Amino acid sequence: MADGAVVIDKAGLDALIAVLTGRGRTVVGPTVRDGAIVLAKISGGDELPYGWGVELEAGTYRLRAREDGAAFAHSAGPQSWKTFLHPPRERQWSADRGADGELTVTEDRTPPPSYAFLGVRPCDLRAIAIQDRVLTGGRHVDPAYRGRRERAFLVAVECTEPGATCFCVSMGTGPAVGPGYDLALTEVLDAEGHRFLVRSGSAEGESVLAELPRRPADETTRTAARERVAEAAERMGRSMPLVDLQVLMRETLTAERWDDVAARCLTCGNCTMVCPTCFCTSVEDVTDLSGDHAERWRHWESCFDRDFSHLQAGPVRDSSHSRYRQWATHKLGTWFDQFGSSGCVGCGRCIVWCPVGIDITEEAHALNRERGGADGEGTP
Amino acid sequence: MTASDRPKLAVWKFASCDGCQLTLLDCEDELLGIAEKVEISHFLEASSATDPGPYDLSLVEGSVTTQQDVERINHIRAVSRRLVTIGACATAGGVQALRNYADVAEFQAVVYARPDYIATLATSTPISAHVPVDFELRGCPIDRGQLVEVITAYLAGRKPDVPAHSVCFECKQRGTTCVTVAHGTPCLGPVTHAGCGALCPAYGRGCYGCFGPSNSTNFPSFIPLLRRDGMDTLDIVRVLRTFNTAAPEFDAASRKELGQ
Repeated sequence: MADGAVVIDKAGLDALIAVLTGRGRTVVGPTVRDGAIVLAKISGGDELPYGWGVELEAGTYRLRAREDGAAFAHSAGPQSWKTFLHPPRERQWSADRGADGELTVTEDRTPPPSYAFLGVRPCDLRAIAIQDRVLTGGRHVDPAYRGRRERAFLVAVECTEPGATCFCVSMGTGPAVGPGYDLALTEVLDAEGHRFLVRSGSAEGESVLAELPRRPADETTRTAARERVAEAAERMGRSMPLVDLQVLMRETLTAERWDDVAARCLTCGNCTMVCPTCFCTSVEDVTDLSGDHAERWRHWESCFDRDFSHLQAGPVRDSSHSRYRQWATHKLGTWFDQFGSSGCVGCGRCIVWCPVGIDITEEAHALNRERGGADGEGTP
Repeated sequence: MTASDRPKLAVWKFASCDGCQLTLLDCEDELLGIAEKVEISHFLEASSATDPGPYDLSLVEGSVTTQQDVERINHIRAVSRRLVTIGACATAGGVQALRNYADVAEFQAVVYARPDYIATLATSTPISAHVPVDFELRGCPIDRGQLVEVITAYLAGRKPDVPAHSVCFECKQRGTTCVTVAHGTPCLGPVTHAGCGALCPAYGRGCYGCFGPSNSTNFPSFIPLLRRDGMDTLDIVRVLRTFNTAAPEFDAASRKELGQ
């Protein structure tokens, strides 16, 4: 076929990991650890979560064995790729005072790792593009992020098994893959076997593909892949109201619903830490005991942290009401003004990993109802 | 530096187990550096040689449980430029603050052969209930890295980097899968002050709140989560009434559970 799509089997997937590793890349992919499908460095296909799925609900995540042996029949886990591209803690520079009192500042120039991400879901591929825009698309580029990002090889895997907390269809990010991948896989399991339809989206993707045991894509596999993704779109567990969310946020700033959600919110920060697009950081300067060595560390921060908005007279957002509203209105509303897109990709992580199960889609529906929108609009 | 140039450090003990003071001695890699930068003027756990003060930095362990303690902490405050409390006892009254819910005379009668030999207050209270405190370092025991950070920050004249947000921040930054969401394990992380590095959840256990409340708690929303994960009223009261039982947020939540 003209599009160059091929089919690989499990051995082909093993070969993919081997080829990427052989090219000096650190392959990161889904693997079962601590009762969850986490993202971690993997060295072989046997570490992929074959035969594992997940059962998700607001505030609940459970690993579930699957009889079909699928590798990618799970939705978003406890981390996102930002853990690797925009790590939780990073040293920016260190400074030393010499015997003569002269200060020497050394920027951290650790060579960025050359990652290959295996199993990037379409929603997360979009999230990476959003972080690209935030961290490298403006006047002030984050060089460390750019270094890691430019070297990263992305193997997307289309979604065929959405979770009960997924709403990528509402956000226009999945379950079919969008642009930005080096390779895109669709997992197919049927009477003809366990295989993956693979398309390449870059020159390097093409050259990696050329090294794999493969066969040209047949029509049966293409159709099966297309159907599985189309079916997944029909099985989203959540949806956003079918309204302009930016306008909804703008028009509901004084809604009573914010009091309701504030009463439930723990301000623990989990939603922002698991969100694949939340990018806020803070910097701390530390010194050692001698006082002659200082370091600047950047670490993840969160609008749910009371001290993050601490100005001279105290925190600007002292209440959980103001902090939750800041997060939701930025994510769904002012992100458009700032970065030209939604900050939400519909991965559902904030719903799953909120200990008390606050559901951003439910909040949006409630705000829409309070505004006078049709009740239940957009619910599946 | 000569001895007289260096800031004077004093370490004091009130009602406590000595574990937090011991943390200073456990700073094996940094201890010599600390001793070079400060003059350890009063630290009975390390040396019986003492200097009468005044002191530049006093680290205070333990809670106030006797009338002598009240007088001593006032004296220490008067002779200390900066006073930092270390640990749950000094910061929240410690596990011994369980006496605040009970009849101390009855305890004395049960425990001591001659209760009349015992002169004690009816309550165990944090240092801040008696004198102004410059900084409170949490934990039972305190975290070694945070102690070094507080001393280093003092020497550099900067604010210590000791976040007051929840333990959840530390779990997520460390990459630990949430034990509550993924396993249904009761965990006080969402209401507990960070600082330990999310040690317990990293080993699959729920946080039991040894750093006391974070700066932003919501118990009415949080308590039902503990119930969902199998705790009954007594379990909840017990988990809140440990090392930080007298921390105002934990105290109020446990009293509410008991309908008090």
